[in-house]
Amino acid sequence: MSAPAIVGRREFIRVGAAVGGGLLVSLYAPLPGGASEAWAADEKNFPLNAFVRIGTDETVTVIAAHSEMGQGVYTSLPMLLNEELEADWSRIRVESAPVDKVYNHPVFGMQMTGGSTTSPAEWERYRKMGAMARTMLMQAAAKQWNVDVSSCRAEKGVVIHAASGRRATYGSLANAAAQLTPPAEVSLKPAKSFTLIGKPTRRLDTPSKTNGSAQFGLDVSVPGMLTAVVLRPPVFGGKVTKLDATEALKVPGVKAVEQVPSGIAVIAQGFWPAKLGRDKLVVTWDPGPNAGLSTNQMLADFRELAKTPGNIAKKTGDPAGALKSAAKTITAEYDVPYLAHAMMEPLNCVVDLRADSCEIWTGTQFQTVDRASAAKVAGLPPEKVQIHTTLLGGGFGRRANPASDFVVEAVQVAKVAKAPVKVVWTREDDLRGGWYRPMWHDRFEAGLDSSGNPVAWTHTIVGQSIMQGTLFEGMMIKDGVDGTSVEGAADLIYGVPNLQVDLHSPKIGVPVQWWRSVGHSHTGFSVEAFLDEVAHAGGKDPYELRRALLASQPRMLAVLDLAAHKANWGATLAAGVGRGIAAHFSFDSYVAQVIEASVEKGGVARVHRVVCAVDCGQTINPDTVIAQMEGGIIFGLTAALKNEITLKDGKVVQSNFHDYQMLRIYEAPKIEVYIVPSSANPTGVGEPGVPPVAPALVNALFAVTGKRIRRLPIRPSDLA
Amino acid sequence: MTSFFVNGKAVHVDVDPSTPLLWVLRDSLEMTGTKFGCGMALCGACTVHLDGKAIRSCVAPVSRAEGKHVTTIEGLSENLTHPLQKAWIEMDVPQCGYCQSGQIMSAAVLLAENSKPTDQDIDDAMGGNICRCGTYPRIRRAIHRAAELAGQRSAK
Ligand code: FES
Ligand code: FES
Repeated sequence: MSAPAIVGRREFIRVGAAVGGGLLVSLYAPLPGGASEAWAADEKNFPLNAFVRIGTDETVTVIAAHSEMGQGVYTSLPMLLNEELEADWSRIRVESAPVDKVYNHPVFGMQMTGGSTTSPAEWERYRKMGAMARTMLMQAAAKQWNVDVSSCRAEKGVVIHAASGRRATYGSLANAAAQLTPPAEVSLKPAKSFTLIGKPTRRLDTPSKTNGSAQFGLDVSVPGMLTAVVLRPPVFGGKVTKLDATEALKVPGVKAVEQVPSGIAVIAQGFWPAKLGRDKLVVTWDPGPNAGLSTNQMLADFRELAKTPGNIAKKTGDPAGALKSAAKTITAEYDVPYLAHAMMEPLNCVVDLRADSCEIWTGTQFQTVDRASAAKVAGLPPEKVQIHTTLLGGGFGRRANPASDFVVEAVQVAKVAKAPVKVVWTREDDLRGGWYRPMWHDRFEAGLDSSGNPVAWTHTIVGQSIMQGTLFEGMMIKDGVDGTSVEGAADLIYGVPNLQVDLHSPKIGVPVQWWRSVGHSHTGFSVEAFLDEVAHAGGKDPYELRRALLASQPRMLAVLDLAAHKANWGATLAAGVGRGIAAHFSFDSYVAQVIEASVEKGGVARVHRVVCAVDCGQTINPDTVIAQMEGGIIFGLTAALKNEITLKDGKVVQSNFHDYQMLRIYEAPKIEVYIVPSSANPTGVGEPGVPPVAPALVNALFAVTGKRIRRLPIRPSDLA
Repeated sequence: MTSFFVNGKAVHVDVDPSTPLLWVLRDSLEMTGTKFGCGMALCGACTVHLDGKAIRSCVAPVSRAEGKHVTTIEGLSENLTHPLQKAWIEMDVPQCGYCQSGQIMSAAVLLAENSKPTDQDIDDAMGGNICRCGTYPRIRRAIHRAAELAGQRSAK
């Protein structure tokens, strides 16, 4: 990292003058098939979409190619850019990017936010952009003063020529800089010179989130806008057979009731009349092929299926032979339910559809896909569709929908509304709307040698594929194995010589989707809980066994040791309190957690303390890393203690926060987060805090009760 | 016609009196700082003050506000100077931020009634406000800090 990086030969830099004055800088990442070169040839013919805009009024606007959903990118992206730009931090503003290929994710090749990848993916691009802008501003100053650029320096938005005492602000140089030819290469600071990166930095979006001015999708209003709610089928894939809208249309404020492919839209002047109108619809549904779906039945089916061989995801050594010759074998089965994302801001989307244009306002994680899907429905070329990305009131994966469900539906409604329209989902719509984290079943068998070390490990996984039928299918499904179904299992970080992981991917009519930590949300739980069982079966301390199995994983070992040390692993606890440990590698980051928990009267698990250690490479904003671990832990505890989506007769049972409960402040434990200092490239932070939570908790509950919990959520009846 | 005060200003709205105050604020008055999260008094995102008491505006018919004073997040201070806003910024409490209007409005009533709340007091007063992003540890710290800041202010 200390070696200076340069703008690569195949990256394509553009600079330009902003409308109304100022400097724009943009960088096109190299693309397969020479697309960048084609754009370069076409340079004059497309408008410049910049990453940074330096105004003559000294404002510096950083254009965020990724969505802000709480994870802090509207601060970390400017930090990256300004590490090199050296503008006055108090002058930095952030804007969300329009949809354009220049803002495509450097790895995924589309504009999106997900997979805990913003920091790793933008680690170089935003710094290069800052370096490029600073270099040009300095060159403009040097030219103006007729001095060598190397005799100038930049500091807090000012170029300084120390020898002559001359100074010029970035704003005053922006127009001149825009006329220069960009340099062929720029060098980036070595890590030891960082002044922003790695320093706890206040978030730029916090003030607007404490006075009501932050604008989320639900807050958008455009002239002449109507509001719609949609009644969707009670069973996934159901169809309307009879609709009586007479009473609905009598509700004052209701303008129209229209069928759309996803259901029945009630279009009104504002949310409340729309909702009242919807309550008055009389509908007969054909439930379709999913009428019989029941999660109880699925649970039984999954358990049977797991006893048969699935598609091999990983095989090393001779697992069957090693199991046969093992001194001791143990087996266990784990189950986790469907889960809803339940972002605090329910889904919504504003669409203004005209004959030759479509303008969309929404909080999305998936701009490129949404634009393409919206264009198709609108019957327009994608360039005619514009998406304004607002702040997201939580995402957790749900707002990166492979079918663009909430955007496509809103365009459908706009078509029949014949006016700009905002489609609003209620909490009930959200929880019953599908696109869940899949239900999973994990079956293990381990063989131990005579000294209690695991020598064989087989793991059979049953659950729906998330990637099947999406545009990632080709990339993610190999030999019948969806990589996200087995992540965290097939790449088991512990050294077990004979390993087999196989997979069944039953097809079920419940739409499923990535949910904060994706496959790791079940493998983290099952692998780490089963490893605890293995440790006890072999008469070993669960922390010590992990240490032994991590001999060739120094970063994970260091994280595990740090968590154990800070938690005083081995020290006596108050009576009735147990301690559990878990570690998990995901999104290229290493996280270990130690949880202290007890059981209250009636079997209610109480979590007292969570100690978390993380190695996510070089941190950008360490305070954000801490916040994401805290948030991930609360998210993980909510899933472990509270949540399940169940289906009966094809219908989702849960509907709002009374039966799909969230952890409350009085249930939130004390959380301590420790970051392992690292100079490795940044890795994921938004998701890796989640997977170790549930196993650390069930392991702690075992320590105090002797009861193994193998099914989430943890029920009082498991512990009473 | 329902008439009441929002952040000190008289407003008159011509809506069905059973319409929840939340939707009158958001849709009729275009004050979107108050949020919708559940519509069933379960999450606290819609918390506002009615004559100084915290209420869930999603289940409060606007008729309840007749002649009364409603305070929303927009009216907490003119320029981010309320101790809670200062503490929230100092501790960087929000993540997505969507629940925070409601959190702050609940905390404001707590502080008005109890200038030095304990952790237990905070848990009791804030239990109705969900934060899906999990900012609870920071909310606790920030309320303590706001109490400190408010104390300094009144000592001056
Ligand atoms: S929206 Fe009112 S309590 Fe949830
Ligand atoms: S900050 Fe996102 S819900 Fe609280």
